Amino acid sequence: MPKNIPMVKVYILGEGFDVPEGSTIITAMEHAGFQLTVGVGCREGFCGACATLYREKDDYKLQAGLACQTVVTDGMNIAQIPFVPAEKPIYDINKVNPDIEAFKTIYPTLFRCVGCNTCTKICPQDIEVMDYVQALIRGDIAKAADLSFDCIRCGLCALRCPAEIVQYNAAILARRLTGKYLLPKSQDLEKRVKEIAEGLYEEELQKLTKSNTKTIKKRYYDREIKTG
Amino acid sequence: MYPEYMRKSIRNVEKTRHERLKLARSGKAIFPMMSAEERQGVLDKFHPDYKKDARKKVRIGPNKGENITTKVVDQLEAYSRIKPEYFDLKHPDYETDVLVIGAGSAGFSASLLASENGADVLLVTKLRIGDSNSMMAQGGIQAAVCPDDNPMLHYLDVIGGGHFDNKPDLVKALVSEAPDAIHWLQDLGVMFDRNEDNTMLTKPGGGTCRPRMHSARDYTGAAICRTIRDEVLNRPDKIKILEHQPAVELIKDDKGNVAGAVLYHLENRNYYTVKAKATVIATGGFGRLHIKGYETTNHYGATADGLVIAYRAGANLLYMDSVQYHPTGAVYPPQILGFLCTEKLRGLGAQPVNKNGELFVYPLEPRDIEASAFIRECTERDLGIKTPGGQVGIWLDSPIIEKLNGPGTIKKDLPAMLRQFKRFDVDITQDPILVFPTLHYQNGGIEINDHCETKVTGLFVAGEASGGVHGRNRLMGNSQLDLIVFGRRAGMYAAQYAKKVKTGVLTLSHITEYDKEVEKIGVDKKHISPMVLPDYTPASVKERQYTTEYQGTLR
Repeated sequence: MPKNIPMVKVYILGEGFDVPEGSTIITAMEHAGFQLTVGVGCREGFCGACATLYREKDDYKLQAGLACQTVVTDGMNIAQIPFVPAEKPIYDINKVNPDIEAFKTIYPTLFRCVGCNTCTKICPQDIEVMDYVQALIRGDIAKAADLSFDCIRCGLCALRCPAEIVQYNAAILARRLTGKYLLPKSQDLEKRVKEIAEGLYEEELQKLTKSNTKTIKKRYYDREIKTG
Repeated sequence: MYPEYMRKSIRNVEKTRHERLKLARSGKAIFPMMSAEERQGVLDKFHPDYKKDARKKVRIGPNKGENITTKVVDQLEAYSRIKPEYFDLKHPDYETDVLVIGAGSAGFSASLLASENGADVLLVTKLRIGDSNSMMAQGGIQAAVCPDDNPMLHYLDVIGGGHFDNKPDLVKALVSEAPDAIHWLQDLGVMFDRNEDNTMLTKPGGGTCRPRMHSARDYTGAAICRTIRDEVLNRPDKIKILEHQPAVELIKDDKGNVAGAVLYHLENRNYYTVKAKATVIATGGFGRLHIKGYETTNHYGATADGLVIAYRAGANLLYMDSVQYHPTGAVYPPQILGFLCTEKLRGLGAQPVNKNGELFVYPLEPRDIEASAFIRECTERDLGIKTPGGQVGIWLDSPIIEKLNGPGTIKKDLPAMLRQFKRFDVDITQDPILVFPTLHYQNGGIEINDHCETKVTGLFVAGEASGGVHGRNRLMGNSQLDLIVFGRRAGMYAAQYAKKVKTGVLTLSHITEYDKEVEKIGVDKKHISPMVLPDYTPASVKERQYTTEYQGTLR
């Protein structure tokens, strides 16, 4: 590592380590010598495995972020939350109706929401978590699905919720019900699936698989390109 | 925020934007597409695969004598992590009908279909379930659904993109099951983007002749993966899950069939044995090998484990001389070096331009061609932009997306990209993104037939770990499709096979035999595989680890 990179001090589980300025929490921990086996996943902010609580220097506030997406600051105190032991109810999606009754049965804790907004404040994806909880309480499943769309299941909302709601699991049910029942069906898709099931393209595809490379190459370079 | 000297170059991009916008609105190609000869020329000269030290001959195993990507050969020519004599195979720790290794979308699809075909499933994974490359895919999933599209056109795109090396019956399965895959996912609850008239929103991708990319904003992979993960979690009576326990070897029986695996628990460091009637490898690819020193878009566990253990068990590899570099990896700011900038950006009209703001390539060539053109621009032509950290890249003009599609398009269709850059103080609705090719995908893999069977009976493979579907270059949106089509097939055929097979006496003798071959070619005893996790411990820390033993990359 080049010598001229300025260092900052971070505290991992209370112990201080000097790490290069500009490190993310993950790379800072690795620089400090931690070989991570949990609390790490995609490293690009999509899987939610690296939820982390931290407190900045001279601040009383506990903040949260994804370790792979948060740049360390001098004096930062860090603790990772690699797993959230929250409830995951079991259901058969084919037997769940897309209505408020489903949520009353499967996620009754939703209705205990006190409207404190802690979930929204802690969400590292900046999702309006409380708003989608409220949408579910009103029975507006499509709205909840839309608002929660960018959820990566890090679990921080559930951890901080004083009403013991498992927001992120309720959200996946809302999205599945929306995708399955509430979004309009595409006629083109239904039609194409039926055509294929009836074997409409079978013969031509068979012919393609048997064609020699010269024929295929010609067809490939001659094909018409339509972009819109 | 970009430093002032980079701002200067951004002003060049802004200067040419108006003319480029007019070009894009004309409906014609904004830059001429390359002919077959031009494509070969740019690949030969600039693609990392075509460099001298990119490949070497593998000296042992089923592909002995073949040229394979150098860092992959290093994984294949290595000793096993285990000593077979330690294991009491008469008393396996777990028994199941179908063992699925890997918990991304291919593993989930396989588990679901295996369970629906009457099998008990054990799903094992190195990280948490769902922490996978599947979850990180952004842009889309291909299926020929639009009225002026059809499976034959999809077939031609796949095989042309793959340099005509793809296995025809695999391509046929991929394209003909694509619409049903979308239908299946929708029925499980994936929220695909719609047009205002309720038809499916479809966009073009690199190398496609029709707009065929179905998307779920730019969280397409996540939308798919988390939906089918939820379905897997809803079937605890049929699908058991073990997390943080990667498979580090396959187990065979005395008939030579694959009959389970050895797992290594990353927390308590115990080994566990699984006896399975059928085994599905869905372990993904190899980005964390950092081939040719490239940064990668891949997740932490992408270390080619499945490839290595299948090879030791006798399965052959196909097209493992070919590596996919995604044209648009982030170059700046340094915290997101190598991160994926989805091809959907270009699908929505973003244009690659050099430091002078000039176009130099058709934006949607197949990935290997596009990536090579970027490298040419940054090396031979020296028209790239250098970062303060010493990297070089070209601009991807993202603000033009909103000029083309209306304000708010980026927030609506690319929320992940917007968020990713905003976290590091870059607003992609206002400023372009600096990009350079990044290690993205394993084009080849363990050779399969259209039942996902390998050369070794009892071993099935699906997804990125398999080879043949994409030839030597995969197109955007065909990986997500591959996971579903071949994941489902692997699960179904594995369950059918499990019903009729009689598993014999378990053995790990193939490991002993393979290790002897490794010894014969004089490999250092310390060299072991699979890698399991990359080692990012700095040398300054290792210097003081006086009493620490490393088994490969693991302490």
